Amino acid sequence: MNPLSWLKAFTLWEIVRAHALTLKYFFKPKATINYPYEKNPQSPRFRGEHALRRYPNGEERCIACKLCEAICPALAITIEAEEREDGSRRTTRYDIDMVKCIYCGLCQEACPVDAIVEGPNLEFATETREELLYDKAKLLANGDRWEQAIAANLAADAPYR
Amino acid sequence: MTAWFQTWGATYDWSWFIATVIGILVIALPLMLAVAMIIYAERKIWAAIALRRGPNVVGPWGVLQSFADGLKVFLKETIIPTSANKGLFLIAPIITFTVALIVWAVVPFAPGVVLTDINVGLLYILAASSLGVYGVIIAGWASNSKYPFYSALRAAAQMVSYEVSIGFVLISVVLYANTFNLSEIVLAQHGNIGFGLLNGFGFNPLLFPMAVVFLISSMAETFRTPFDLVEAESELVAGHQTEYSSMSFALFWLGEYANVLLMCALNAILFWGGWLPPIDWAPLYWFFFTPALTGMFWLFAKMLFFFFVFGWVKATVPRYRYDQLMRLGWKIFLPLSLTFVVIVSGWLMLTRFGAAA
Repeated sequence: MNPLSWLKAFTLWEIVRAHALTLKYFFKPKATINYPYEKNPQSPRFRGEHALRRYPNGEERCIACKLCEAICPALAITIEAEEREDGSRRTTRYDIDMVKCIYCGLCQEACPVDAIVEGPNLEFATETREELLYDKAKLLANGDRWEQAIAANLAADAPYR
Repeated sequence: MTAWFQTWGATYDWSWFIATVIGILVIALPLMLAVAMIIYAERKIWAAIALRRGPNVVGPWGVLQSFADGLKVFLKETIIPTSANKGLFLIAPIITFTVALIVWAVVPFAPGVVLTDINVGLLYILAASSLGVYGVIIAGWASNSKYPFYSALRAAAQMVSYEVSIGFVLISVVLYANTFNLSEIVLAQHGNIGFGLLNGFGFNPLLFPMAVVFLISSMAETFRTPFDLVEAESELVAGHQTEYSSMSFALFWLGEYANVLLMCALNAILFWGGWLPPIDWAPLYWFFFTPALTGMFWLFAKMLFFFFVFGWVKATVPRYRYDQLMRLGWKIFLPLSLTFVVIVSGWLMLTRFGAAA
């Protein structure tokens, strides 16, 4: 060992420098946000919780073409359809297994009428697994709840489609 | 206070007993409160250094976080492994906790403010804090599980290694102060160096290296980060606490932090002037209402500073390997402290007693 490294070892030079560095970081602004109270900005293309949308007159958009069911790579979507009394084709069952879903967004890409969309909501954690097996009523309720945000996001993204 | 109770007609024995119990409560209860707050403070320090926020939801700025954690732990079930030695398993956290508390009996908070001002305070502290390792060893043994057992072995070896160098560091302090009594050690630091302007052995170039060795050894003594191989989570799950849950776990936690606080207090008392202000200037002795309160203020300020250093080190330095830990203890600290015992005693022979002998 040369004298300089002896001196460095015995004055704990490296340790002191390391602590000076961490002290500098101590006074830096925080890198994290205050999450439940502050949130990061979100892209209009954000793919969160699914929702089934309605037309402004209240009619549900989905016509049971089953393109989403066909394209879903995780086989998370199950659709059953029948003719309604007024002769239009609608779903009787529209289930999404949110546990299987990989949030790839192919269902909303496939949908010809923008009925199934992935909304901006990412806070839908549940206490039981069963609550994550969404049915049609739940998806429509999501659509009603998030319609404004979803419509705004679709409008913002429209020029690029 | 004993005399005050006697004026109410109690016998001396009873007055002494009541006064002592009150004194214990006055020290132990705020200590528990301080431990809760200090855990919160430490989490905040680590968070700030890692550019995070730390606990900030429970209470204003999250100050009640530790109490929420304590309540949660209190409401949980104490799980005892079937193959554990039940008696020892349950007594281990109690030992850790009790030993961490009894040491505070001799810590002087301010001039005259000390529960028992015994002559061999420093020896008492050495003895009682060495007992602390029994909690860890018994916990590791009684859990009847591999990782806690490894942890116990490591704890024993580590404690012994670092107590050796701590012992020699304390010898140099005792030589310089000429007493084992903690209050007198503090008083001996009055105007110790810098033309009588600075209070504290740590300012003395002869003892400053000892102060550093003691600071580092006290981290090893309390199993704090660079030396926390006892609970190295990447190797030993949670060390000796692996099988513990609920209040038995909380007692370990409380005892550990009470020990950390004690080591902060010892650093302040032995090397940095205890209740004395760092600079010997008259207004600094009584600016905080009374001299006693001012003394406590200085001691607590120094303890907080050292606690910050403990947290700072934990956030900065990665964990040592076990052989490095042993190398530092036996091949660096031991020769270094031994050399300084010789140097300090030689210097004292020259200055205090003339160059005789």
